[in-house]
Amino acid sequence: MGDRLLILAITGDRKKTAMSIEVNKPGLLTIPQDRGRTGYAHLGVGCAGAFDLPAFRLANALSGNQPDACALEITLLGPMLKFHADAWIALTGAPVAAQVDEQPVSMWAPIFVRRGSTLAFGAMGQGCRAYLAVHGGFDFEPVLGSRSFDVNAALGPIGRPLRSGDVLKVREAGDGKRDTANHDRNRQRPNPQWTIDPRPWFDVDQGLPLRLFPGTHAHLLDAKSRGLLYTQSFRIAADSNRVGCRLEGEPLELAEPVEMVSEACVAGTVQLPPSGQPIALGVEHPVSGGYPRIGQIAAADLPRLAQRRPGDALRFAPCTLEEAQRALREREQQLREMETIIANRLKQGA
Amino acid sequence: MDFTAEPLCEDALLLRFGHVMDTRINARVHAVAAHLRATALPGLMEIAPAYASLLLRFDPDAYAKGSDSFCCAVRSALATMPEQNEPDPFSSREVEIPVCYGGAHGPDLEEVAEHAGLDTQQVIDRHTAREYTVAMLGFAPGFPYLLGLDRALHTPRRVTPRTRVPAGAVAIGGAQTGIYPRELPGGWMLIGRTPLVLFDPQRDPPCLLAPGDRVRFRAMDAGEFIAVSKKGGHGRPLADSRDHG
Repeated sequence: MGDRLLILAITGDRKKTAMSIEVNKPGLLTIPQDRGRTGYAHLGVGCAGAFDLPAFRLANALSGNQPDACALEITLLGPMLKFHADAWIALTGAPVAAQVDEQPVSMWAPIFVRRGSTLAFGAMGQGCRAYLAVHGGFDFEPVLGSRSFDVNAALGPIGRPLRSGDVLKVREAGDGKRDTANHDRNRQRPNPQWTIDPRPWFDVDQGLPLRLFPGTHAHLLDAKSRGLLYTQSFRIAADSNRVGCRLEGEPLELAEPVEMVSEACVAGTVQLPPSGQPIALGVEHPVSGGYPRIGQIAAADLPRLAQRRPGDALRFAPCTLEEAQRALREREQQLREMETIIANRLKQGA
Repeated sequence: MDFTAEPLCEDALLLRFGHVMDTRINARVHAVAAHLRATALPGLMEIAPAYASLLLRFDPDAYAKGSDSFCCAVRSALATMPEQNEPDPFSSREVEIPVCYGGAHGPDLEEVAEHAGLDTQQVIDRHTAREYTVAMLGFAPGFPYLLGLDRALHTPRRVTPRTRVPAGAVAIGGAQTGIYPRELPGGWMLIGRTPLVLFDPQRDPPCLLAPGDRVRFRAMDAGEFIAVSKKGGHGRPLADSRDHG
């Protein structure tokens, strides 16, 4: 035990050596994430998980994984990683310059990385979070059913973000035979052979509004604030993180104060603390809170919140719960179709 | 049964049984949570009680019409449930929490006593005299919000919160008392400390306390505090009547 991870030999029947990746530089905040922890909210344990869920799932799809395999969430400034074995990876989310042995690599594509190579990231030009998945998935020990690291609760594998010197194990893929064949084919070709269109999954202009439907206490806003909520351009405050994004702008006010007892919170809730500066809750939101809830961001638009960085502008567009539910169903269907398309493409080995 | 159901987001419903901190309302929240857990409603992913409300998270794939159809399923599941307005002592666990009050472990005990117009021993006597209910867990994994604090002990939070409150700190915040499960920032008044480990993700169950549990505090001296700490601080419930029907 200790700060360093141990490299353990995998004694599978096909490979005798452990697939591992060493962290040379950790980047600003590089953390293991999967889909998060469900079923523990009653104990005060939140979900956490990848903030930009579609980007996370597509990184897994492009690296031939199940949708919930553990990937790395990279924040603003990426890490430098040394590969101790051949690997098949994919990188999605916010555009970030990435190089394998100083050769630029494409995002939103399956990439083959050779043993001994170094994957180095630059800073993100725009957006806030990128996802690095590796075929097989990162092999952290699950904590309460998830490999996600909850930064705020300091809960999850290794109990902290990645550090220089960490050695990350990679799980062996389930179907070793086909995957190995794929690897052999892939390594003969230059990278990448194909990419998917990121536009449906990343708002390149960072200008699309986030759909917001009224929260429990929306009707308690005074008339001016009710207008401002949907007309003004908020600014993401510097202290924003996975817990929540503080929205700076002309303060919003309630027509009359409301006394609340603590109630459950969910990701995407827009709360109004006494300061009048709303907080849009992220995936590490507290499980309960006592601030008035003035709105709820459509779940289909949460990835846009995940990709706004401090200083970015943010606007809301009104919608209804029914519209938000429909948008989420459509998004889920598109995502599943894309996962199927990718899986078929990978099967062809093209 | 009297409650409102409000969709919080696309896949979560909030059942609200009242708007205040009240042991009877909270008892109903726990009774409904237990009933729904026993019913095993299809697609019900998460049940999280708060003081006067209950969060239910569902799988959208299981309910084609979203929260409307889930809400119908919940209402029919609760239609058969008998009214219950009193905490049921036979359906919840009682857990004893030993506390070393005052001194370095309870730096705010004297201020609490001053505020209450009592001496420190009277504060300890009153804090240990009551039976509390775990109304909910929140703020941090394993942090119990306890209902039932003696009115005389209600004390406002500190004007400037501490940046570091040690794990096991037993504290008073307004009308509530609670226990910090790990080192955290916090604004509650610290009156003592327990050596018990409240939250350990490697333990099953990870939390010493569960929503609806009944809690009693017992004063311990510094020597016993050290002895229990050395044993790893693993407490166990006095009785678990849930396991025996």
